[in-house]
Amino acid sequence: MPSLQTPVRQTIADLREQLRAIQGDGYQRREALPFGIAAIDDRLADGGLRLDALHEVAGGAEGSVPSLADDSCATLFIAGIAARAWGPVLWAVRGHDLFAPGLFQAGLAPERVIYAEAASDAEVMAIMEEGLRHRGLGAVVGEVSRAGLAATRRLQLAAEGGRTAALLLKRAGRNASDPLAVPSAASTRWRVAAAPSRPIRTPGLGRARWRLSLARQRGGESFEHLVEACDATGRLALPARMAARPAATAGSAARDAA
Amino acid sequence: MAETERDLSCSVPRGGGWRPGARWAREGRTREDVQAQIDALPLHQRPPMRELGRRTEAAAHPFRAMPPDKGVPPESVPPESVPLSRWSAVRAPAGPGEGPHPPKSKDVPYPGEGRFFVTGRMTGDVVGRVSEERAPPVRRVSGIPTVTAERVGAQMLVAAACPAARALGIEPGSPLTRARLVVPALRVFPADRAADRADLLALARMAALRWSPAVSLSGDHGAGDHGAGDQGAGDHGLFVELTGTAHLHGGEERWARGAVRVLARLGVEARVAVADTAGAAWALSRHSGRRTLLCPPGAHPEMIAGLPTAALRLEPAHVELLHRLGADSVAHMAALPRKGMARRFGGALLRRLDQAMGAVPEPFRPVDVPEPVRIVQRFAEPVMTAEVIERWLEALTPRFCEALARAGLGVRAVAFAAERVDGSVQAIRVGLSRPSRDPGHLLRLLKRRIAEVAPGWGLDSLGLHAIRVEPLGAEALVPRLAGDALPDLAPLVDVVADRTDGRVWRHVPVESDVPERSVSRTRPLDPPDAGAVPLRADDVRRLDRRKRVHPWDPRWPRPARLLRRPEELLHVIAELPDRAPARFTWRGVTYRVVGSDGPERVGGEWWLRLAETHAVRDYWQVEVGDGQRFWLYRRGDGLRTETGDLRWFLHGLFG
Repeated sequence: MPSLQTPVRQTIADLREQLRAIQGDGYQRREALPFGIAAIDDRLADGGLRLDALHEVAGGAEGSVPSLADDSCATLFIAGIAARAWGPVLWAVRGHDLFAPGLFQAGLAPERVIYAEAASDAEVMAIMEEGLRHRGLGAVVGEVSRAGLAATRRLQLAAEGGRTAALLLKRAGRNASDPLAVPSAASTRWRVAAAPSRPIRTPGLGRARWRLSLARQRGGESFEHLVEACDATGRLALPARMAARPAATAGSAARDAA
Repeated sequence: MAETERDLSCSVPRGGGWRPGARWAREGRTREDVQAQIDALPLHQRPPMRELGRRTEAAAHPFRAMPPDKGVPPESVPPESVPLSRWSAVRAPAGPGEGPHPPKSKDVPYPGEGRFFVTGRMTGDVVGRVSEERAPPVRRVSGIPTVTAERVGAQMLVAAACPAARALGIEPGSPLTRARLVVPALRVFPADRAADRADLLALARMAALRWSPAVSLSGDHGAGDHGAGDQGAGDHGLFVELTGTAHLHGGEERWARGAVRVLARLGVEARVAVADTAGAAWALSRHSGRRTLLCPPGAHPEMIAGLPTAALRLEPAHVELLHRLGADSVAHMAALPRKGMARRFGGALLRRLDQAMGAVPEPFRPVDVPEPVRIVQRFAEPVMTAEVIERWLEALTPRFCEALARAGLGVRAVAFAAERVDGSVQAIRVGLSRPSRDPGHLLRLLKRRIAEVAPGWGLDSLGLHAIRVEPLGAEALVPRLAGDALPDLAPLVDVVADRTDGRVWRHVPVESDVPERSVSRTRPLDPPDAGAVPLRADDVRRLDRRKRVHPWDPRWPRPARLLRRPEELLHVIAELPDRAPARFTWRGVTYRVVGSDGPERVGGEWWLRLAETHAVRDYWQVEVGDGQRFWLYRRGDGLRTETGDLRWFLHGLFG
């Protein structure tokens, strides 16, 4: 069904673009939000995250139940995307463990975010839908443990035609299972897992690293990459390749290439 | 026991006696007698400690000259205060500069009158009024003497004084410098007459909604009729017209007591008098010294006869002149020949007297009470189904918004009331984060709640009532003249708040190093610096041009997820005093630490909680073998035991 609709939508989008070009009002819609990393953007079908679509993020590796630390990685990944979005952010939560100073260090200033606490997953989805239909938000984030195909399709439909990125954070639920195992209408589905960081010569810790894998995307292939975590503006980075690396970390070259 | 010890060690004779020759030791009175006598005196007349102690004579306080018994009900002064007469003896104002100053401009209240609330309601027969001493802008005036002050000509005068200040002899109209000399710790606030007036008007509207439709401000009362420009701005009182409505409140007496109670709950100390005429009620509420006073019908001429002439709402100059003529009370004044009075004072003085006596009518100008906006639709046949309710809601909402627009209002809370055939009313309240009169938005909020209406045997009427309104000016038809302006977030916040029972918020930074206290919540549409106190124009901090430091320092790592309650770690192996753990067990899993960053020492906030005076937490960011990063802390600095018990906790998780 979606495969039938996609060309039609593309045609309509093309026609709209032509109409805009004729009218000449200078209005250019920003379709996608790139990561700014060529290795990732080139492999995404739209050159970045489409702004008018639903994206799912889960922590942990494939087939595993995300731990709290993996959830935190996914949270920061989402916070980085929301920080780079253009407008205010609506964040629908179920619990109270989100820590705003941590998000601030990923570039998401507290004055940009409106939080709403929902009692159930269905309510999170309803709040997200309200936010998507409002059209005045840069991103809408929701934390759920279960989201079925119908619910995600609803969100995807609500997101279409707007400029609001819908970001769904899938957390570990009661039934310990892989959150991305259920089918979904999201246009991209990501997994973020913590990866060992490169040791530094001075006491302390280097920049955190994630194993970022795109489990599924519409119109593109899945891939996996080792990235460095969000900086203070929400941007990811690729690990630097050292020409002469210490023997202790020589093994990570193979991992980087994966 | 302490009593006996003190007696033994004291040079004063035992058994409560006094040192021979002490002023209080005469006539074999006991200490208790004297104490009881002192307690019976008003505060400002009590002898100071040194007078009761070793000194036999005390110098008279140079600044304590004051008229007798001002502000004190007459009956509270004990008749036999002879031994203490030196304290109650009052010097009359000896010369210029002594005593309360008369105001220099006519807009100022008569000295001694202060700010009153007179609530009255009268029509021919019965007048009630509440007169009150308004507290200064602070809500609760504790024991500290507090006054408001305003500039009159070249000097600052006290505009109003709290009871504690009045007990110390500070009267409205006296110079502020003198008041400061008497009470160095005096709290002074600027007087704001316009705000007083607005408050009084709001109180009058409340009274009009609650007690009687006809309520007027006493300053306004018959304003065109005031020959004398009498109390004018200083007269803060209300007239409530009680005729025909007293029985609704259980009679005049119960109404009067209830009114005092209701006003006390609003922070207004009120005095109420009910009388046949407005003038008599005005006089009795201010000059009778009683909190509530009921004047029997027809008895008001006798009851006001003994009151001072100022009780007739006369011009201060007239009161002074009457005093010189020997007419100090209303009865004296009424006994003077009318013809000569009219020649000397003009007609206004006699008119005031006649108004109080009821001989001439007094115009009554009630305050306007804004009509609440509501649209109610009644049905011939009961409405049963949700579809019909929805259709009617769609029809009613635009009418409701039109009514709001005509009144220039936006609604903050709206109630959708459905009345069933059995007479019970179901009200569904919807709140809005900003005043609005957008029919689409209101309809969207209301439609969601239709399911909560239980129609029962059918609904007789549907109505929309504006519960809380705020002024809202004209709105632009084209909202986005400025091009790509962002849509307003208020409708979204309303919808989400409606779904989540108001659990919508925004985080604001708090300057605290303790992680769980570094965040607080605020309303989502408040500006970021809503709680900040704006600096004054001449504040020295305005010269500080440095960039404001964000309370959340980016250099100190903070986790993305913070556990609500830190979880204790088991089997922790760590070197003291300042090393990160090498391994620990959390939630049944043992982790081996490969890298760490820290410690970040967070001290207890002793200025908030005394128990935290020595408390210390040392935070570490640690990375375990598979790259997960945790935020751990140890209670205590590892050197001093009072800083903590060296237990380890996991507080947060990094990404």
